[in-house]
Amino acid sequence: MMKIPCPHCGVRDENEFQCGGTAHLARPALDASDREWGEYLYFRDNPKGSHRERWRHAYGCGRWFNVVRDTLTHEISAVYPITETPAR
Amino acid sequence: MTHRYSAWSLLRGAFARHANWPAAWRDASPKPAYDVIIVGGGGHGLAAAYYLAKNHGITNVAVVERGWIGGGNTGRNTTIIRSNYLYPESARLYDFSLRLYEKLSVELNYNVMVSQRGLVMLAHSRHDLDAMSRWANAMRMNGIDAEIIGRDELASLAPGLDLSPRARIPVLGGFVQRRAGTARHDAVAWGYARAASALGVDILQNCEVRGFLTKDGRVTGIETSRGRIAAGRVGIAAAGHSSVLAALAGFRLPVTSYALQALVSEPVKPVLDTVVLSPGTGAYLSQSDKGELVIGAMLDLFPSYAQRGSFAITQSILAGVLAMFPAYARLKMLRQWAGIVDVVHDSSPIIGPTPVAGLYIDCGWGTGGFKGIPVGGWTLAHVLATGENHPLAEPFQLDRFTTGRLVDEAAASGIAH
Amino acid sequence: MSGFRLPEPHGTRIDRTRPIPFLFNGKVLAGFRGDTLASALLANGVRLVGRSYKLHRARGVFGCGFEEPNAIVDLVDGERRTPDVRATTLELTEGLAAQSVNCWPSVGLDFGAVLGAFAPFLPAGFYYKTFMWPDWHWFEPAIRWMAGLGRTSLAPDRDRYEEICVDADVAVVGGGIAGLSAAVAAAEAGAATTLLCAAPAAGGALGWRGDATVRALLAKAGRAGVTLLTRTVAFGVYDHGLLCATESLAAATPGTHGALRERLWKIRARSIVSAQGAFERPMLFPGNDRPGVMLAGAAEKYAHAHATACGRRAVIAANADSAYAVARSLRAAGIEIVAVVDRRPPESIGAHAEGVRCLAHHGIRQVIGGRGVRGCVVVDADAPGDRGERLDCDLILSAGGFAPAVHLHSQAKGRLRWLEDAAMFVPDGAAPGLHSVGACAGVFARSAALEHAAEVGRSLALGFTVPPPPVGGAGRSLASSRIPGVRGKIFLDLQNDVTVSDVSLAAAENYRSVEHLKRYTTTGMATDQGKTSNVNALVLMGEATQRAPAEVGTTTFRPPFAPVSFGALVGRRVGNRYRPLKRLPAAGWHAEHGALFELFGNWSRPAGYPRADESLESAAQREAETVRGAVGVFDGSPLGKIEIWGADAAEFLDLMYVGTMSSLAPGQARYGLLLNEHGVIVDDGVVARLGTGHFWVNTTSAGVERTAAAFEEWLQCEYPNLRALVTPVTSRWGNVTVSGPKAWATLATIGLDRRFAPETMQHMTIADGEFDGSPVRILRASFTGELSYEINVPVERTRDLLERVWAAAAPLGGCPYGIEALEILRTEKGYLHVGVDTDGTTLPGDVGFARGLERKRANFVGRRSLLRPAARNPGRSRLVGLKPADGRTRLPVGAQIANAPPPTATEGHVTSSHWSPTLRAPVALAMLARGAERLGETVGVHHLGQRIDAIVVATSWIDPEGKRLHG
Repeated sequence: MMKIPCPHCGVRDENEFQCGGTAHLARPALDASDREWGEYLYFRDNPKGSHRERWRHAYGCGRWFNVVRDTLTHEISAVYPITETPAR
Repeated sequence: MTHRYSAWSLLRGAFARHANWPAAWRDASPKPAYDVIIVGGGGHGLAAAYYLAKNHGITNVAVVERGWIGGGNTGRNTTIIRSNYLYPESARLYDFSLRLYEKLSVELNYNVMVSQRGLVMLAHSRHDLDAMSRWANAMRMNGIDAEIIGRDELASLAPGLDLSPRARIPVLGGFVQRRAGTARHDAVAWGYARAASALGVDILQNCEVRGFLTKDGRVTGIETSRGRIAAGRVGIAAAGHSSVLAALAGFRLPVTSYALQALVSEPVKPVLDTVVLSPGTGAYLSQSDKGELVIGAMLDLFPSYAQRGSFAITQSILAGVLAMFPAYARLKMLRQWAGIVDVVHDSSPIIGPTPVAGLYIDCGWGTGGFKGIPVGGWTLAHVLATGENHPLAEPFQLDRFTTGRLVDEAAASGIAH
Repeated sequence: MSGFRLPEPHGTRIDRTRPIPFLFNGKVLAGFRGDTLASALLANGVRLVGRSYKLHRARGVFGCGFEEPNAIVDLVDGERRTPDVRATTLELTEGLAAQSVNCWPSVGLDFGAVLGAFAPFLPAGFYYKTFMWPDWHWFEPAIRWMAGLGRTSLAPDRDRYEEICVDADVAVVGGGIAGLSAAVAAAEAGAATTLLCAAPAAGGALGWRGDATVRALLAKAGRAGVTLLTRTVAFGVYDHGLLCATESLAAATPGTHGALRERLWKIRARSIVSAQGAFERPMLFPGNDRPGVMLAGAAEKYAHAHATACGRRAVIAANADSAYAVARSLRAAGIEIVAVVDRRPPESIGAHAEGVRCLAHHGIRQVIGGRGVRGCVVVDADAPGDRGERLDCDLILSAGGFAPAVHLHSQAKGRLRWLEDAAMFVPDGAAPGLHSVGACAGVFARSAALEHAAEVGRSLALGFTVPPPPVGGAGRSLASSRIPGVRGKIFLDLQNDVTVSDVSLAAAENYRSVEHLKRYTTTGMATDQGKTSNVNALVLMGEATQRAPAEVGTTTFRPPFAPVSFGALVGRRVGNRYRPLKRLPAAGWHAEHGALFELFGNWSRPAGYPRADESLESAAQREAETVRGAVGVFDGSPLGKIEIWGADAAEFLDLMYVGTMSSLAPGQARYGLLLNEHGVIVDDGVVARLGTGHFWVNTTSAGVERTAAAFEEWLQCEYPNLRALVTPVTSRWGNVTVSGPKAWATLATIGLDRRFAPETMQHMTIADGEFDGSPVRILRASFTGELSYEINVPVERTRDLLERVWAAAAPLGGCPYGIEALEILRTEKGYLHVGVDTDGTTLPGDVGFARGLERKRANFVGRRSLLRPAARNPGRSRLVGLKPADGRTRLPVGAQIANAPPPTATEGHVTSSHWSPTLRAPVALAMLARGAERLGETVGVHHLGQRIDAIVVATSWIDPEGKRLHG
């Protein structure tokens, strides 16, 4: 069970949180093609390694935030605000 | 097959002190080139190799496996086989698989211990009963056996089940597919490996794929830890690691990898005669022939490639089990593990071509890959051999994520498949 | 006492003044406080304790701890049974009753033992090669009956379990000298330190030997503030330093229930120190499974700690210097050591025992005695075929070297390396967050272990670099613990009856990977998880395939280290605590009025109010009829309620809902469908505008948490610039809904303002008012098709309001109505029930909400997905009404629609179905392919082999124009 550093509440156990999946997905506009829309809805990098994802402190402050987590080791290397878009 | 297995062969073996048994499958060294290479030595990959040789006469085939065959999800599941699906597309696919399973031991001359002890889906409310009525009726429309059963029969199939009306998770009834059940997971991999090897397929263990060779957008071979191997066509059957391989080939999949946990208890004398699945708690369990209760449940709900699973989920799985079977509290967990499953939004597989010509994929089985092994192998072999999708696989193509024509079993039934 | 008890000072762990009677297989025996069941059985001269798993071979106690493969028993106390308990770690308690497992009719006369005669035909994996014809099903029942060990009770376990979560700077696992040393050093350096010790007392092997340093360390641990948990087994290391352990609490008094049985410890440790010691590796020789063959270290422990002689004349089979220490120690205890039979050449032997015969470079070729050792035949290692020498003995001890307990290190993703001279795997560096000390780190020398462990403890406390372990001190062992060329049944995994030849077979058949070996032969898969067999197995596989043990590698160590009860893992999440049960704020009122409660999601709600002579179904008919004819009172408190505030609240709701909410004037309300990004309907409800920047949103009862969470996610993650605030208020407001033609007549008499009368308050409007000094928020919306008032009231006044409403409604012929009646009423009206008429694939167009979507100006969640080809497919299903062609037969929910008999392609299914008391006829809703074009068509409805003809009709049977809504 992971420890997740909520930027608002501090380090708490994984079962207080909910994972919202890959972060920084750009939603195409209404006039996007079916292919672009399908890419956005379904296709993911799904890396084995470092993954930017968003989490919510569901049983806590209720706030969403971004996490950089290794999907193989589960180590968390960074946590940053939901509104922040890092340079790739 | 060079050496047939039978009671008679065991008898003869005994007199030879079992010193003369041949290798079940050959450990091959990579040849420079194959007609077809299959990446992934799990059930799906080995089955595909077998059916390539058996159904299509293509025997210049290699199965490359990073570790040891059957070491991924094939050896990490709860061994359930079933075809209780709502949609005709899924029903056809999974029932074809179940029917192959029914004959698999004889087909492969390897006892994969298909045990059709039935699978009971529990209804915990009247709403559940209605949903199961829909499900059972849909199955019958698809020509698949399904019966609604009451609490009396449940009491005899699963004697420890708490049927009291005051239970926090009451059990009102359920529906059963009697042809569903379990099979011995390792044996499925080994049986296919042995049969494929006997037909000339090369099995390359400890051979990690590091890249795909392409020319003019067409796959020409693979780069591996044991060197470069050329191939006319390549199939990927790598379950939770499909995305990693797809990335090596330069495309993405509509897949996210999650850990799916399972655990077994210490062995006890028979107490559970069927497979029980409870949508209300997410827990499912059966008792292995060894006597261990084999228990599975929901995914760890964050992307993961770590084959261990979160302790919090282990606890909630077992809480669900005890909610239904309060007598099991004194049983002990003996082993716990996780497989990495390739989850697709509609919980249905993807079997067919990829954006790279000559490269085909069989993935997206999510939590249900084991029961799909025979049909996954059959249809992957078909498209590898002919370049055409097998009719059963036609609805399960990548283009459905553009058109939106999903085969969304989970959403329709409210249950993760 | 029998003649197997040794005199004092032996027995450092037992209290001879406290005899304890117990039952074994129905026979009354006695031991002492401080005995384990195993030591007490041995002290009573009980050799035959159980039967093996596969061949039902007679077995006795083999070890003294978690490694025990043989002495597995069931504990029985009335209907309380605890299956598969290790006798070696079970403390003897008053009234304990144990039974041997896997034998019938008794452990002495076990019919299953006949399998031994067939053993030659039952090599590893024999079942993969046969039982295929005619079918596995012919054989499986017999095999299942034979398999399994203990028996579980089918009665609910009434004992209790609990869980505790704590933090520690340093958590040390293992109460031996290394663990104590590490814990004391850490605590003295200021770290909050917890020490977990599996035994009833800390001290380990040196402790029961009476070592003075251990006593001193124990005293220091107390002074330094080490938290000592005894009887606590650490079983798993999980992500981010979570260490899990179970503490066994006092055994229940026989015949009583409800005692606290086990406690699960979840310890978040900054650093974990593993000091779990080492297991002894058994020697491999024919007959090495007979009762009377056991681990040398175990016999030594039984002698010293429990004053129990496991035999009188012992032969020690050795591959390690430790054999000689055991020989000295047992001889001092008065046990005759016939010989040490050492499989190593003399130059590799680094120890000796004064006055003990040593047969170097020898091994055991045969064990004499079936149910108890009577002797053995030893041969020269170079001449295994010779006649050899017979040694008379009643005990054969195995000293094959050690296997460090690297379990936690491996669970924490630490690597291993093979030590050639000591023939063991030891940690290769530390694991992330976990350091090993003492024997489990490969440090066997007492003083080196003591000092290194203290350094580790201190360094972890102070944040210094942790020193590497000074590995050594175990002496020399050979990898192979058998004499090549000796033939016979040599057991590798005792419980599962895996033999040495099974490994050769696996190698020959190419099951050579260590995981294949394990799975094919089942070695290491028994309840001891291979604690005595794993190293021998992979050494043998190495021999068979010309590989070094390190090349063969080890299987993955997974939690748990030792089996953990389901009860302890679940703790108090049982019964009603499994999931919180939600009760209505005025549940008592409903109970008093005859409510039949059922679970709807996690809510306990009245399904109906059946009178004495009524079934729920007939009550629902009466209630629905009453609502249509007079008035009904419904508790809608679980209805989801969310307030949305802010300058951009309207814009936000436009984005969330299919409908346009920004055009609502204050006081107006509108029905809304909520979609997900895939365009699928996930919830519905009424959105009402209270003010310019203030909305009241009703969701479904089941959907409110999801919906509020979705609103938050959109706001926080995707539209952070919108000024809107989402406040779920479901639990703040009770809801009493009054519905029926006499709804206003009812409410007028409870003192509600006239402005709420239907003439002045329109359908689909909202207004605040007052009830008896409390604010109320009244919504004119209807799920019954009748004039309805949904009165939201502060939750603590729900009962007051219900009572007042009831007092007014009863004289008007009203009744309370439950969910069942509500379902009848809404089905008659064709109102959608999300989750019943829809599933996770239903799009708005499928339920007739496609009109106007194109005209909406704002984007909304799911909109793009509705433009995809699949969403525009004219063949999609559509919600329709169905009525039976005969006008009488009810159409079962879930029945499938098709004209041809099954199996055939389905065209849809029945989603809702009721007998309408108003129409005196059945009504049903269905999803039907191209349903909108098929009104008037007759279709076949199939349910479990039965066909009913039905006619497709419009979805609303009652008052399609909606006149009744307005009163």
